[in-house]
Amino acid sequence: MKTAADVFTIVAMLAGIFFFVAGTVGLLRFPDTYTRLHALTKADNLGLGLVVLGLLPQAGHLVVALKLIVVWLLVMLTSADVSQLIARAARRQETRP
Amino acid sequence: MISAISFGIGILLLALALWTVVVRDTFAAVAGFIPYGLLLTLAWLVLRAVDVALTEAAIGAGLTGALLINAASRLHVTEAAARAETPGLALRLAAGAASAAVTVVIAVCLLHLPEPAPTLAPDVARHIASTGVGNPITAVLLSFRAIDTLLEAIALLFGVVGVWSLAADRNWGGRPGFAQIVNPNDILVYLARVLPPIGVVIGIYIFWVGADHPGGKFQGATVIAAMWLLVMMSGLREAPAVSQRWLRVVLILGPAIFIVLGLLGAFMAGAFLAYPDGWAKPWIVVIEAALLPSLAVTLVLLLVGPPLRPEVHT
Repeated sequence: MKTAADVFTIVAMLAGIFFFVAGTVGLLRFPDTYTRLHALTKADNLGLGLVVLGLLPQAGHLVVALKLIVVWLLVMLTSADVSQLIARAARRQETRP
Repeated sequence: MISAISFGIGILLLALALWTVVVRDTFAAVAGFIPYGLLLTLAWLVLRAVDVALTEAAIGAGLTGALLINAASRLHVTEAAARAETPGLALRLAAGAASAAVTVVIAVCLLHLPEPAPTLAPDVARHIASTGVGNPITAVLLSFRAIDTLLEAIALLFGVVGVWSLAADRNWGGRPGFAQIVNPNDILVYLARVLPPIGVVIGIYIFWVGADHPGGKFQGATVIAAMWLLVMMSGLREAPAVSQRWLRVVLILGPAIFIVLGLLGAFMAGAFLAYPDGWAKPWIVVIEAALLPSLAVTLVLLLVGPPLRPEVHT
């Protein structure tokens, strides 16, 4: 049981790290603000989500596990809103004569 | 494994510090400073100083970062002119020499630290039971070195007075910042409606667990201050006029209660800021609870800046 949980943690964390790396590569390589934001959300949502998922079996206590999930939900909420704000700021700069 | 992480964080910290100093553009320097603070947070975590890490993330990276972004956008107008004024070679050499001298002194001090380093940690561990709190950091901040915390809170008050003193005469007593006009369907308005209830609970939670776990009034106050700032930025509520009586009362409430209880200690326990036997925990809770709103308001007022609009009486 312990081994199964550990294997699950390692697999989920590795998958999460993959999305973080992909998001970072996208952030560095994509040509404009909008596509870079697109890359960033992959790291924030999927990457962090998978890392949190991997940490859940290791949390040891239900409260700790719930806190981890709350952290992920809060990051999703704020990162989605902030990326909208950044995209709008970028769009305003574009249309300025 | 830990040493590899420490090494990586160390290299990144040095690189970001160098970038922050060397880069010419003010905004780019600020953009380097914020991740620098977040990396510093990781460094404190590696050293297992969770309280310091929390404070660094909240105050060092978050609050100071926001202050610096404000400053950078205000300096934007004059930046080109300021950059055109290059100092002479002699001045630059002198500045370089002075910086190098400071670095050498610090390096020599670090290399000659006694081994093991002098520490008061065993004393704290021995006497922590007398304070009734479980977190040694809180015991130090609110009991063993309470005077430092009191002076810190008062220093922040002076900071607000300093910011307010920048106001023009005709704006005195008015509202800080410019009026925000935001579309009611704006995403910022949505965030400012959804996030503050959660943020205020988290802020109070951080403050409350500070007695026994990493956390405390400073970190909690920063989170609450951030929520209020979000509400102001979204235009849902205006910044309060600095002449408001309640604002002034909340500002001084924390330090005032701290001083009053300190004076009471002088009569009941024989020394300023001493706690009577068995009463340490409730007194600490009262002081912290009074400091929390004061600190939150102080931090908000520091960030929103001096009053820019005269108060309109309707």
